[in-house]
Amino acid sequence: MVESKHKWKAWLYLAPAIALLLVFTVWPIFNTLRMAFWEDYSIMKDLGGRLDFKFGIKNFVKVINYQGFKDCLVNTLLLTVLTVPISTLLALLIAVCLNAIKPLQRLLQTIFFLPYVTNSIAIGMVFEAMFNIVGYKTPEESIGIINTVLGVFGVDPINWINAGSSYWANIAVLVIYIVWNALPFKILILLGGLQSINKQYYDAAKIDSTPRVRVFTKITVPLLSPMLAYVVITGFIGGFKEYSSIVGIFGDDMQAVGGESLNTMVGYIYDALGNQEGRASAAALILFAIIFVVTMINLYVSKKKTHY
Amino acid sequence: MTNQATLTEKNIQKVSSHQKVVKIIVQALLYAFLGIMALIIVFPFYWMIISSLKSTPEYRLAVPTLFPKEIMWGNYAEAFTAANLGRLFLNTVIVGVVSTVLSLVITVLSAFAFARLEFKGKNTLFAALLATMMIPGELFTITNYVTVTKFGWIDRYVVLIVPFLVSVFYIYLLRQNFMQIPNELYLAAKVDGTTDLKYLWKVMIPLSLPTLISITILKMMGAWNSYVWPRLVTTKDNMRLITNGLRDAFTDMSGQANIPVQMAAVTVVSIPLFLVFIFLRKYIMKGVSRSGIKG
Repeated sequence: MVESKHKWKAWLYLAPAIALLLVFTVWPIFNTLRMAFWEDYSIMKDLGGRLDFKFGIKNFVKVINYQGFKDCLVNTLLLTVLTVPISTLLALLIAVCLNAIKPLQRLLQTIFFLPYVTNSIAIGMVFEAMFNIVGYKTPEESIGIINTVLGVFGVDPINWINAGSSYWANIAVLVIYIVWNALPFKILILLGGLQSINKQYYDAAKIDSTPRVRVFTKITVPLLSPMLAYVVITGFIGGFKEYSSIVGIFGDDMQAVGGESLNTMVGYIYDALGNQEGRASAAALILFAIIFVVTMINLYVSKKKTHY
Repeated sequence: MTNQATLTEKNIQKVSSHQKVVKIIVQALLYAFLGIMALIIVFPFYWMIISSLKSTPEYRLAVPTLFPKEIMWGNYAEAFTAANLGRLFLNTVIVGVVSTVLSLVITVLSAFAFARLEFKGKNTLFAALLATMMIPGELFTITNYVTVTKFGWIDRYVVLIVPFLVSVFYIYLLRQNFMQIPNELYLAAKVDGTTDLKYLWKVMIPLSLPTLISITILKMMGAWNSYVWPRLVTTKDNMRLITNGLRDAFTDMSGQANIPVQMAAVTVVSIPLFLVFIFLRKYIMKGVSRSGIKG
């Protein structure tokens, strides 16, 4: 490394980045913490020049005791707990199959990556259209393409997202959409991991004529475990921040007409902006704490189970 | 002796032909599974495009048609007016291009300082920057919303551009790339009296072009897909970005909404992403596999 004669030059190069980071990254860390402990904070009072807010933990107490927040927490947990295992297992299965074929491998790989470069609001609206019962008023009209396809297999039409649909039907649609959306990234990472496993392990297993299942559980999974851990950890973090998939399918109301709220933690934070920044800050800190704890647990478990 | 030998040979042949059959069946099952999964993955896109070209009565038929009987290009014209897509498209291009250019300049300068220059506290500063990546974005959004309101930036382009110009992840990505360029080149340039900026422009930027392209694509896609922030900081519909237009213009859930027109708007928003994907796939995958960050 060259000892630059003008050390101030480095700071000159860094100046724009540091200035912006101070305003939009460093300051928010302190200010959000501060707002969370200001009991009667609101942006209106702040703009009016008032800064003598009362200090206390009332915001946290209010958020935790508020039924709407509990519902958001339950929805978020439910979606995360359902989508992470399903999408990880499915992605693993697809990646292993992709790795075992030769012709068409690149084409299929491209197709499986396709959902990644989409707009989650836009494709959410496509899913909405597919599950939507168009002609629920007259029997001559469509019951929706998903119900039509299920009808081929003898399944009765289900009210997925229309007025009067059940909470679990709504959740099922969200799980299907979120898994569809989460597959590409997981397949990309897992397939990359599979392709980097040394072929010698498999050759050795072949000589010993080890059964396929044993090869999978004793060679593939352990050697893939760092990638699996990575995919699960990012999956959990993404799950706890779920928001736009729900907006895509159910709109800003975050619920089917007359149905139960499907709002999530992030949705709760955004709803509180505009007049209750203190509560929004408290909720954001709670979200951060949850993500932090879950990630630590994930890291702890994966450290015990992962083979590097 | 010879008899026995041919017998075992026959056995081996039998075993190997048996193995061949198993192998073919396994391969067939693999392709069948992957084929079905690929169909499920692609179907929403197919349904989106097909529906966008149907007339409303045809879309509502009890037995869905797999291809429109009469192609209705008019849906697209209607979508443009219904969702004000023209204006929102212009906004998105302005915000996307300006923020990408500024972001690239800032990222290149910072990555250069971190990769090539020596100054006090460099490693501490870099570690501190990386640490901020762990904090969920929503935590920043709350204060940033207050900040931009105080600045009086609501309903102006600046509010959609400036808060997201610096990405620690991009600085990190480019710094790693810059570090791979041998230091001898920098020394040689110094001996020749080349200035830092000229060296940066003539050597480092051309050598790390793939990373810069990745950053450009991710940044443009970010503008194209951003939804929450523009909604928060704009009160006028014509200051929002393209994704906002989609959801806000068609929130009717009664089932009577004109779905073909809706699907036309969705197709308009999705096509540019497909084009980027088809032509620049390797750059996207490169950025993605290192980050796990969408958009």
